[in-house]
Amino acid sequence: MNMQVRCWFTVLLAILGCSAFALAADQCLLCHQMLEGKLKTPTDTWAEDIHGQKGLTCAACHGGDANTDDMMKAMSRAAGFVGKPARSRIPRLCARCHSDGAFMREYNPSLRTDQLAQYRTSVHGKRLAAGDTKAAVCSDCHSVHEIRPASNPLSTVHPLKVAETCARCHVNGEYMKAYKIPTDQFAGYQASAHYAAMANRGDLSAPTCSTCHGNHGAAPPGVASVENVCSTCHVFQAQLFDESPHKKAFAAMNLAACIACHSNHRIVPPTDAMLGTGPGSICLNCHAEGDAGYAKAAQMSQSIAELEKALANSDAILDRAERSGMEVSQPKLEQGEARENLIKARVNIHSFDPAKVAEVVAAGKKLAAKTYRAGREALRERDFRRKGLAISLITILVVLFGLRMKLRSIEARQAAQADEANKDSL
Amino acid sequence: MTMPSHPVAEESRAKSRRRFIQVVLGSGIVASIVSFLYPALRYMIPPTTGELGSDTVVAGNAKELRANSGKIFKFGSKPGLLIRLRDGSYRAFSATCTHLNCNVQYRADMQRIWCACHNGMFDLNGRNVSGPPPRPLEDYAVHLRGEDIVVQRKKAG
Amino acid sequence: MGSLGQVIRRWLDERFGLESLLQFAKKKTVPVHRHSVWYYLGGMTLFLFVIQVLTGILLLLYYRPSPNEAFESVQYIMTHVKFGWLIRSVHSWAGNLMILTAFLHMFSVYFMRAYRKPRELTWISGMLLLFLALGFGFSGYLLPWNTLAYFATKVGTEMAAQVPLIGKWLLVFLRGGEEVTGATLTRFFGFHVAVLPGLTTILLALHLVLVQKFGMSVPESVERQWTATGGQRREMPFFPNFALRDLMGWYIALGVLGALAALMPWELGVKADPFASAPAGIRPEWYFLFAFETLKFIPAKIWFIDGEVLGVLAFGIAGLLWLLIPFLDRKPGERWRVFFLGLGVFVVVFIAVTTLPTLIASLVK
Repeated sequence: MNMQVRCWFTVLLAILGCSAFALAADQCLLCHQMLEGKLKTPTDTWAEDIHGQKGLTCAACHGGDANTDDMMKAMSRAAGFVGKPARSRIPRLCARCHSDGAFMREYNPSLRTDQLAQYRTSVHGKRLAAGDTKAAVCSDCHSVHEIRPASNPLSTVHPLKVAETCARCHVNGEYMKAYKIPTDQFAGYQASAHYAAMANRGDLSAPTCSTCHGNHGAAPPGVASVENVCSTCHVFQAQLFDESPHKKAFAAMNLAACIACHSNHRIVPPTDAMLGTGPGSICLNCHAEGDAGYAKAAQMSQSIAELEKALANSDAILDRAERSGMEVSQPKLEQGEARENLIKARVNIHSFDPAKVAEVVAAGKKLAAKTYRAGREALRERDFRRKGLAISLITILVVLFGLRMKLRSIEARQAAQADEANKDSL
Repeated sequence: MTMPSHPVAEESRAKSRRRFIQVVLGSGIVASIVSFLYPALRYMIPPTTGELGSDTVVAGNAKELRANSGKIFKFGSKPGLLIRLRDGSYRAFSATCTHLNCNVQYRADMQRIWCACHNGMFDLNGRNVSGPPPRPLEDYAVHLRGEDIVVQRKKAG
Repeated sequence: MGSLGQVIRRWLDERFGLESLLQFAKKKTVPVHRHSVWYYLGGMTLFLFVIQVLTGILLLLYYRPSPNEAFESVQYIMTHVKFGWLIRSVHSWAGNLMILTAFLHMFSVYFMRAYRKPRELTWISGMLLLFLALGFGFSGYLLPWNTLAYFATKVGTEMAAQVPLIGKWLLVFLRGGEEVTGATLTRFFGFHVAVLPGLTTILLALHLVLVQKFGMSVPESVERQWTATGGQRREMPFFPNFALRDLMGWYIALGVLGALAALMPWELGVKADPFASAPAGIRPEWYFLFAFETLKFIPAKIWFIDGEVLGVLAFGIAGLLWLLIPFLDRKPGERWRVFFLGLGVFVVVFIAVTTLPTLIASLVK
């Protein structure tokens, strides 16, 4: 072969090589990017999808041949093309990889692979198995072509986003009509202390829907297991409750433990008004004047009110001292310790035993008395300083008066001497 | 100066007025100096409460803690947790939980540091291992000085 | 008692020439005219400086200059040391009052044109003393290591970086590093208790010697009046007349300081946390407000020069010119007098307009 032919041959090889490389890329993506509307939408977000980033092609889920740019070959039945999978097939489709331990190990060994098994125990899974295609499947929560890892703040299943995702169906009255369950869960949750922690403080550990209901195995906890769920965080309250008379009583009435007083979704920040015998008290839902429970509720409520009053008093005097310019940061810090006793007392309510509440209240009152004394001491010091100031101001005034008199007498003498000198010189 | 008066009487009046001024001025100045010097001198006498909230504090006594137990001590204005491990060595951490600032405690049964408020768990290196706490506990250096267990804040950057 | 005094006098005179000093003191007089009242300001500033030195030394007995302990030691002084609250509040208040009287003293000298020949060096040493006083204020402010102080120091030292050519070096020199850290605290402490007092002692000695040498200057308008009426100059002996009046002023100042310390104690604040974000409304102390507010209003870029650089340069040049006023205002004549008077009024109004609104706003809050 002469030089010229060799040159052209190299060029041809290069072109073929490039096109071969090009053909090795995801042809589905390249073609669909040039279309419009619904056929283009998946390609817009594919760059952010974790599957796309790991090198999977469209054919991985949709079947077909991603290496050819010939549409007939690419989307042929022979090549295994499925098109848009039916909803009822989606869980198994995802599980083809995600339940395969050996396969997942090659991408992310720490990911769980039991999602399908869990899903099958969930209400969504059971309904889907019974033929209801309205039930949620993988793509409803994880999105379709922009699936991000849960740790990514933009993911639909990031802890701060989970509630929104569940609400997409569970708030929709029309969609949920057939299931005869309420659709106020999200609204209730938004009024709760848990939501406040999550949304306002960005606390990733705050409970969201999946924390109590599970994510893949989502189902409401049974009446008997509600307490178990709450006690994963609220240990003390659960322990105290277990030792209290309410445990047996609630079980007998088939009342779910924590929910009976605090509700399940609308768990508002609890107030002292919920306890006792006044308006807004939850105890009055079951107890009435004359029964033992009523008396105990009144006692506990009174105990706590007393501690609050003691704390308010010492807060007031410390504020007064601070406003007069006294340094009371130390007692204020100790006041924080006293406040902790108030928190402990409110936890001890769950024993429904006034003695337990009174114990902690007494310790709190002792600390509050100490800080009150510190406040009084600060005010006494302030008065001492003002008295000292008054005394030194008086001595200063005396000196000023004396100086003025001395000056006057000196200057009078000098003037007299000057007059004498003048008279002499005349 | 109006009517002429007896020179001797005038002389003595002037003298007594001068004495009066001298007394007033003298005692006033002495009193004012005392009222300035007294606070300054009193200030120089060191107070009995010697603690200063510095970066070192004596957290306890070597005989105080059994193995596998813990105690809360005051570190300046914040609480600290001193633990004695099974092997007899000591560790010290800030006792303020990194979740919502409750005071943590040592759980001998679990050999972990536990926060009662929301069941947060820290291991014996202060690392948050379970529950809501987002960060480990601040750790301190522990030295033994004779019988005293001395806890010291680690050097700031 | 009298004979003991005479023995001591003779002893000192034989060695130090005490009699000639006493003669000088007896002869020293102060002119009396309608502007005499301004003569008290210099002595008042000196008195407040002495108060600062005494209270400062007392504070040194308990203060610890390290980031871990500075705030706590000041808190300790305020709460545990007997009369610590008094010493600390007096030190903070007297520092501010001293800078105020120093400015008033400087402006009264300016408007009375007392810097003219032969008192040029007195003016220069006095201006340098004013700069040192501002340095005392800036370095002392950081020492309690609270949030306000930390961030005010951060902003203030960043201004230093705007000086052309040496700015970066100046910043690192002031901060003891790139950022405001414990190194900055140590360094500022060293400036505040050693370097600045040393420099001040030298300049103060010079300033006072010069004042004794040249006596008190009399404004031209008063001079003209005296020559016109053909009468003598009205003079008051320094000892005892003026001195006793000075003493009265100082006692009044002591009363004011005591009242301020007891009724409006100086705030302690919150310990500085370098990792927290700067609180809203960070600003330096009032005596730097005029520079701070002006720099805020300069646009980011004027022509091709950075706005802040221009501002810092402008203040630097203005300060230098003000320092050299005795050499600029040498020519006689009414036109020059009016010019420099107008310049002075402009400066006072400028400082007032850039300082007072912010100051009043923060006090009302």
